Amino acid sequence: MRELKVLIVVVVFTLITYWGVEPFAHSQMHPHVEPADYEYKDVDGLNGLTGNATNGASLVQTNCTACHSIEKEGFPPVMDDATSAASYGVVPPDLSTAGNLYNADYLAAFIKNPAKASKVEHKFKDGRIHPMPGYEWMQPQEIADMVAYLQSIAPEEMTNKEVFTDACQRCHGIKYGDMKGGTMSAHTPNENIKAYMGKTPPDLSQYIRSRGESYLHTFINDPQKHLEGTAMPRVGLTQKAEQQAIDYMEQVGDSKKAEREELGPKFLIYLVIFAIFAWLWKAKLWRNLH
Amino acid sequence: MAKFTKANSVGEWLDQRLNTTTLNKVLMTEYWIPKDINFLWAMGVLLATTFGILVISGIFLMMYYKPDVNLAFDSVNYTIMQEVAYGWLFRHMHGVAASVVFLIIYIHMLTGIYYGSYKQGREMIWISGMLLFVTFSAAGFSGYMLPWGQMSYWAAMVITNLFGGVPFIGDALVVWIRGDFNVADATLTRFFMLHVFLLPIVIMGIIVVHFYTLRIPHVNNQESEDIDFDAEAEKYLSGNKKESKVIPFWPIFISKDLAVLGIFLIFYFYLVFFHYSFAMDPVNFDPADNMVTPAHIYPEWYFLWSYEVLRGFFFDIGPIKAFDVGLIAFGFANVIFFIFPFLDRDPAVLPAHKRPGFNIWFWLLMVDLIVLTVYGKLPPTGINAWVGFVSATIFIILFLLLPIITKADAKKRGA
Repeated sequence: MRELKVLIVVVVFTLITYWGVEPFAHSQMHPHVEPADYEYKDVDGLNGLTGNATNGASLVQTNCTACHSIEKEGFPPVMDDATSAASYGVVPPDLSTAGNLYNADYLAAFIKNPAKASKVEHKFKDGRIHPMPGYEWMQPQEIADMVAYLQSIAPEEMTNKEVFTDACQRCHGIKYGDMKGGTMSAHTPNENIKAYMGKTPPDLSQYIRSRGESYLHTFINDPQKHLEGTAMPRVGLTQKAEQQAIDYMEQVGDSKKAEREELGPKFLIYLVIFAIFAWLWKAKLWRNLH
Repeated sequence: MAKFTKANSVGEWLDQRLNTTTLNKVLMTEYWIPKDINFLWAMGVLLATTFGILVISGIFLMMYYKPDVNLAFDSVNYTIMQEVAYGWLFRHMHGVAASVVFLIIYIHMLTGIYYGSYKQGREMIWISGMLLFVTFSAAGFSGYMLPWGQMSYWAAMVITNLFGGVPFIGDALVVWIRGDFNVADATLTRFFMLHVFLLPIVIMGIIVVHFYTLRIPHVNNQESEDIDFDAEAEKYLSGNKKESKVIPFWPIFISKDLAVLGIFLIFYFYLVFFHYSFAMDPVNFDPADNMVTPAHIYPEWYFLWSYEVLRGFFFDIGPIKAFDVGLIAFGFANVIFFIFPFLDRDPAVLPAHKRPGFNIWFWLLMVDLIVLTVYGKLPPTGINAWVGFVSATIFIILFLLLPIITKADAKKRGA
């Protein structure tokens, strides 16, 4: 079977080349990082405390609503996006869904010390301070109460798009989400967000193709792991919320995935049939030659 | 004027006017190919098919693509990939075929080298094939620029910059190629023209020449046996098919090609649907940004070996700058294959396994090309730089040794 030997040589050399330029090269260029930690074990969070939502309600409404809206509870934004971005550097998030999106321990740690929890202390040095003041002066129980309140008002279920909008869109646009209407651009105006972050955060339309799902998971969970010193904060998404944000990026950036995966096998089945008939025809014609 | 009698069928009518019966014999049923061949002899038809896929998918892509730096990225990644019905399929087919066509080209070339199918009358087959390799490379490079992603932009930057190394006119040449001082809109538009018009036309022309070059010396066979095609064709036509050493192109040769093509298409469409990232680099899904250099800039896999020859010489040699040494080596690597038939000093046409010295040379070349390819992608730091240097040097030495080794083989055989 000389022909088979030739085939093996061709296949082996092709596979070695493929292995070298794809899996091997990528392992060299993108060092492995630890898997995502959705427990946020490193933060000084609730430390096991259970909060009281009723008490948390009055705490949140007296301490937070000066800057944050909670539209769901009847606290509309005090200013429009452009004005609040000009005042704070970035549009402060509405808190209606925070209890759904963010890990409870992370939320507690963030309220205490935002820059530390989000791992962007390197940005707030030399007199620059995080736009949100820390609440470390509060009792741990009070922090737990506020977290409990935020969780109590948050919706149980959110759509992928709602997750993306609340968790990502203050800084990032994803224009392919609404190419004609333009509603999916970043909420904070370009010049403000550029000043705040140091550069314009990228539009995420094609990030599902350019970064891939597994990179996005570890990156969103802790941006410093892949890009040390990046201005992007760790936002503390729960595993479910993060999955939803990425699913939305896939819905927008790889919208034909389902069609592709459905059509692929049909093509392959057709070609297998074609190949069988081609071999039969070849065998028939060549039988008379030897 | 010739006399035309009334035709009894469309076929006859055409035959009277176009001599289709003879044409069919000359091109198909009495175009003789050796019988002693393996599946590697099907690569030509695979290449023709893949080129056909590229042309057809390219025509569909062109209906929506916009060659403008402000529109190109979104016209590809939004309009074609998300909006147009099956636009994604045509883009994936085009992108994957562009990559796979080079795999088949390399197999086709290395088959030619292994079986010695480039000498003793077959020189023009080889040279026209090399011209196709160069024009396909240009088409691959110009096409890669069109989505105007980060890799499009930076690869264009790096490659057009190379022309700056040409003595005296280098700087002016770079500006002339780019149409601007920088890689910019003018560059994109002219590479669009090259990719969709000039290069495909030239490729089609050379393909015709390439086919024609086969007519007189004929296709080689597995044992490189010297066949008397006229005598063997007569045997075949007189019904002695078993003894005849030749087969007609249609339908015998083509039936084997189609069988191989069937397997190839399964492999190709599997890649199109399920495994396309190797051909459509994720980095190129970031829009071009002249302010942000990607962490790693590398060409597509099929250019990596020559790119590594270029990068391999990373230090100045005497008064010559590293950049120029690399450029000379790169020029050497790209020209040397053209004169391959003349570097082989062994007059006999034989497969490599019957030429002891050449056999070793061939497999060393294979290994060296793979090492160059793999290290061409890695960052050229530390040990990688030295692997690149050594393998690039070996590449050059191999070609310097080729005339000596082939001559020694001939001498040993007593030729």
